Amino acid sequence: MSVPRFPVGAAVRIRRAYPPGHVRAPFYLRGCAGAVNQIVGEMGDPEELAYGRGKGQPVTVYRVRLRQPDIWPDYAGPPHDTLVVDVYENWLEANGEEGP
Amino acid sequence: MSDPHGHSHSHPPHPYQPDLEDAPLTHYQILELAVAELLIEKGIFTGDDMRRVLENIDSRSPADGAKVIARAWVDPEFKSRLMADTNAAAAELGIDAGTIPIHTVENTPEVHNVIVCTLCSCYPRLLLGLPPDWYKSRAYRSRLVREPRAVLAEFGTELPDDIEVRVHDSTAELRYLVLPMRPAGTEGLDEAALADFVTRDCMIGVTLPRSPDG
Amino acid sequence: MGGLDAGPVQRIEHEYAPWEKRTDAILRLLSSPKRAVLQIDELRRAIEDLGPGAYDELNYYERWIAAISNLLLEKGVITVDELGRKMAEVTARHEAERARGRAG
Repeated sequence: MSVPRFPVGAAVRIRRAYPPGHVRAPFYLRGCAGAVNQIVGEMGDPEELAYGRGKGQPVTVYRVRLRQPDIWPDYAGPPHDTLVVDVYENWLEANGEEGP
Repeated sequence: MSDPHGHSHSHPPHPYQPDLEDAPLTHYQILELAVAELLIEKGIFTGDDMRRVLENIDSRSPADGAKVIARAWVDPEFKSRLMADTNAAAAELGIDAGTIPIHTVENTPEVHNVIVCTLCSCYPRLLLGLPPDWYKSRAYRSRLVREPRAVLAEFGTELPDDIEVRVHDSTAELRYLVLPMRPAGTEGLDEAALADFVTRDCMIGVTLPRSPDG
Repeated sequence: MGGLDAGPVQRIEHEYAPWEKRTDAILRLLSSPKRAVLQIDELRRAIEDLGPGAYDELNYYERWIAAISNLLLEKGVITVDELGRKMAEVTARHEAERARGRAG
């Protein structure tokens, strides 16, 4: 078991990267900031499993909560609407700003 | 007179009857039959294995999820266990929810949850059966994360602005189930009666449970 | 997919056809921990590898069976030659059944 890099409540950003291949971080969320809502635990790395490899290399999975206006600046609903997404740790980086 | 048991059948017994004998098979239907037969011939699985899985698929329906929700409405301790470990709580009711962890997210007067999988079509199949077509559609998967309130309105669900709409995008080996709020006016109803108010769509979060007022 | 423009959600639902359920069953059997012939993540990757046009041209389970077949070929579980012969056999059998059906 590896120690989760981010605690619950940590301000994080989903990395802005666009590699080819099977990528698990949703395209529309890359570069967006949020906060760790829950640490789910370790799971196989889907970006390795997708190519038939990587069963032995678990990655910590987080549930990250983002404010809708932080995803879509022109979001039509009230600013307290949120989105929670499962993110693998390699797709997260620390973010200095306050999360929701 | 027809005789359902004694009629002579011109086809040899075969595990894969064509879907529509009058129509030519499509390329992909031929491919499916060919792949399945080759895998059976190679001993990867047997025809019985296939039949058991098909029976299992057919045995699952939103009634399973509704049983779980109704129990949570009447039994606060069960609800706590459901929120902590949905698969284990379902097993208490004799429902095998499988090995992929299911997280239950609870609707409250402040928060309304709704589920989508923008990656593919992840869905709590073992509690709800196979997903409806719209859940897998490009429109639902594209728009729910961008304009959830507009999508909910298309399902007839209008929520006041002071409620937080919380969209869950299921992108890991986790599945989500919405625990809706118990409808007003159902006090005193037993579990079986309550389950009738729990629709598939309210466990996805696109609608609210049926109301006793109809 | 998330956030792209799209029209209203069409609330149509169809009964799953037997071949669609069988395709689902094939995947469940191949990905079961006991067999582990392929991983669900490999299926997702193989569907993406069908290319962007596949999303418009093929329906849901057509994409699945196309991707499953490609994975089985890549892994050497089945060969192109076996698959070609079996598909011809399946087609011929179905055509014979149709002919018998038409003959009453």
